[in-house]
Amino acid sequence: MKWINPDKFFDMNRPKLLMFGWEFPPHNSGGLGVACFGLSRALSRLNTEIIFVLPQKIPTTADFMRVVFPEDYLSEEIIRQSRLTGDLMLHAYVTSQEYQTQLEKVSLLKGAVTYASDLYGEVRRYGVLARAIAKKETFDVIHAHDWLSFPAGIEAKRVSGKPLIVHVHATEFDRCGGPDINRQVFEIEKEGLEKADGIVAISEFVKNNIIRNYGADPKKIRVIHNGVDEEDYATDPGAHEGFEALKAAGKKIVLFLGRITIQKGPDYFIEAAKIVLNYNPDVIFLVAGSGDMERQMIRKAAELGIGDKVIFTGFLRGKEWLQVFRSADLFVMPSVSEPFGLVALESMVNGTPVLISKQSGVSEVARNVLKTDFWDTEEMANKILAVLGSEGLPAVLKKEGFSEAREISWKEAAKKCIEFYNQLAQT
Amino acid sequence: MPSICFYFQVHQPMRIKKYRFFDIGQDHNYFNDHSDTNLNNVKILKKVSDKCYLPANRILLEMIRQHPEFKISFSFSGVFLEQLEMFMPEVLASFQELVATGNVEILDETYYHSLSFLYSPEEFKHQVGKHKKMIRRLFGLTPRAFRNTELIYNNDLARAVEEMGYKVILAEGADHILGWRSPNFLYRPQGLDKIKLLVKNYKLSDDIAFRFSERSWKEHPLTAGKFAHWVAEHNGNGEVINLFMDYETFGEHQWADTGIFEFLRHLPAELAQKSDIDFVTPSEAAARYRPVGELDAPHFVSWADTERDLSAWLSNDMQREAMEKIYALEEEIKNINDDRLLEDWRRLQTSDHFYYMCTKWWNDGDVHKYFNPYDSPYDAFIAFINALNDVKLRSQNLVAKK
Repeated sequence: MKWINPDKFFDMNRPKLLMFGWEFPPHNSGGLGVACFGLSRALSRLNTEIIFVLPQKIPTTADFMRVVFPEDYLSEEIIRQSRLTGDLMLHAYVTSQEYQTQLEKVSLLKGAVTYASDLYGEVRRYGVLARAIAKKETFDVIHAHDWLSFPAGIEAKRVSGKPLIVHVHATEFDRCGGPDINRQVFEIEKEGLEKADGIVAISEFVKNNIIRNYGADPKKIRVIHNGVDEEDYATDPGAHEGFEALKAAGKKIVLFLGRITIQKGPDYFIEAAKIVLNYNPDVIFLVAGSGDMERQMIRKAAELGIGDKVIFTGFLRGKEWLQVFRSADLFVMPSVSEPFGLVALESMVNGTPVLISKQSGVSEVARNVLKTDFWDTEEMANKILAVLGSEGLPAVLKKEGFSEAREISWKEAAKKCIEFYNQLAQT
Repeated sequence: MPSICFYFQVHQPMRIKKYRFFDIGQDHNYFNDHSDTNLNNVKILKKVSDKCYLPANRILLEMIRQHPEFKISFSFSGVFLEQLEMFMPEVLASFQELVATGNVEILDETYYHSLSFLYSPEEFKHQVGKHKKMIRRLFGLTPRAFRNTELIYNNDLARAVEEMGYKVILAEGADHILGWRSPNFLYRPQGLDKIKLLVKNYKLSDDIAFRFSERSWKEHPLTAGKFAHWVAEHNGNGEVINLFMDYETFGEHQWADTGIFEFLRHLPAELAQKSDIDFVTPSEAAARYRPVGELDAPHFVSWADTERDLSAWLSNDMQREAMEKIYALEEEIKNINDDRLLEDWRRLQTSDHFYYMCTKWWNDGDVHKYFNPYDSPYDAFIAFINALNDVKLRSQNLVAKK
């Protein structure tokens, strides 16, 4: 990556960041937590100081920055008040307005500690809670990841007057796989994009989407692709007995790994599997993940008569996740709408050949992968069969994919972020 | 007074269409893409004819008429001439007109522009023989000079080519075979005394072929006068300056608006002004000059890239697999002796198929550095290997019938 003159880069200022996230590994449900972790670690290593806010108090291994939780800020105040007044709620001298405020704080606190059933309410509460943090901490730039933390970012900007960057990892249109979206979420996203001083889109795909669907100002947007860090996959997970037995029996393994939802295109995977199996019966198709289309997919495989060749493993993490990755002869990501698709880079860095849909952000940067349109299941099958029938093709994909993924690091993304902070600070 | 030896490679492969796994056993036409993509061989041939072959031929013809001392040489691949005969006979006629002036020498090479010498000397001889016949038929000439695919060369090749009766062979003037020696003299291949060796002056050749329109180059813009001056500077320390390049340099690699045709047009007059530099063909150079020494090339050299070795065709596992698999079929296919099958097997040997699978430049992301009609080297491999598997299946079916 030769995007910036290194001399220029090292002259840059490192603003102090107030960063709002939603989840963090290992307590993550998807790529957002992984991306926040990777980016903030790389920023820290480039000497950027970060206060990272998470809505829920969870243990974290992120020792490279300060991770804070709104409840710490609130409880401090509430405890102080309780000590002064005994029972907070029964205190006689509070005005009605003060009482309302205290009540709000207590209910907010409860909401923050016990996960609210209403996600929108939770997101709004996070926004209100951000106020206390923004008032207490000093920072130069606010950086908020995805709609869940946009209200928090906006609130922090309102009380501090500091510039706000919103980082768009996915939009409601991606999650819903089409135009049938939740308006509440859409409005939160739209507000974030409007109030932000700068927008990071994780791909051209996302950039085009937010311009088209949200009317985001193209001049505010900077595309900064995600990265992957090899060091996160350095521990050898050992062999998985089941998969090794399959391979010993001469079976090839083709892997789908992700949420089983319309966005990820699992149905195209099953259709391609059917075509492949017509020509090569010695293939096992693994579907690793869970989601609302899981039962439908199991039924579909059965209907196509390939129920015995498609294995559903459920959601995997940690060691098993890595074992599956490394056992596979090919990883397929047939996403219908994929803002990025970090899992493709993870596959590359783990030395597993990759086939991705052209409708993914990662296809803008990854060159040593196979690509098809998500709907072209015949071409998908053609490429799967080619990988399974050759030694040279998977060998080159593995070798070149690995060295390429090493270059697509979070460090590169972090450098671009720092450049963006500087640019915003100047205007 | 050095002479200039111009040699142009003229070649268009028969590119394999997007041939899928499911086409195996169903469709035996691998080269008939009709899409709007760059896999459509007829489309490319038409485009390059309009941009390069027709205008460049016209200019060369004028130049020969105006400057009877102007000489050039061509090597046409057989698959190129075959495509001209089929689809663009008017372009073939314009080459024939040019050759009929007598100022043009035609070199022999493998008909299929293949790397067969590396894998099968017998197949190599067959392909050269087929090429020779075609040149006789189309141009009425019998080549005495030889140039292997993409200037691939080593000592063994020189020996084989000498045994086939050629008087002169062309090679890349790679630093690793020349060492301190100058490319501007005639040489003898290692251990051989009949055949002569001409090596490319890659500095001056690439000034025209690659750097001509490069604005960041300090010599840009390159004029005929400036170039003639550089050539004249070799007075007294060089006898023959070998300018070897793709013919597509004129109008296709360097577009007409770069001034490349004007450059060409003015070159003979500018050179004549400078202490009468003249022009020779390879055979004339071999007859006129004495070899100044022996060149040892134990390893293969080529004119491809800065490496000037075989890595453009044989540096990754896909390329090696493809190459090994195609030559593994040789014995079986020759035993069957089915004309169509043999022909398809040979067309799949064209070096371009392997070049398109190269991943060397792929990672630079620089699409201008090389031309690939496929979306990626991986797609190139997949189309090739599927087509090859169809050839294999046809071969097995014919064996079963026997």
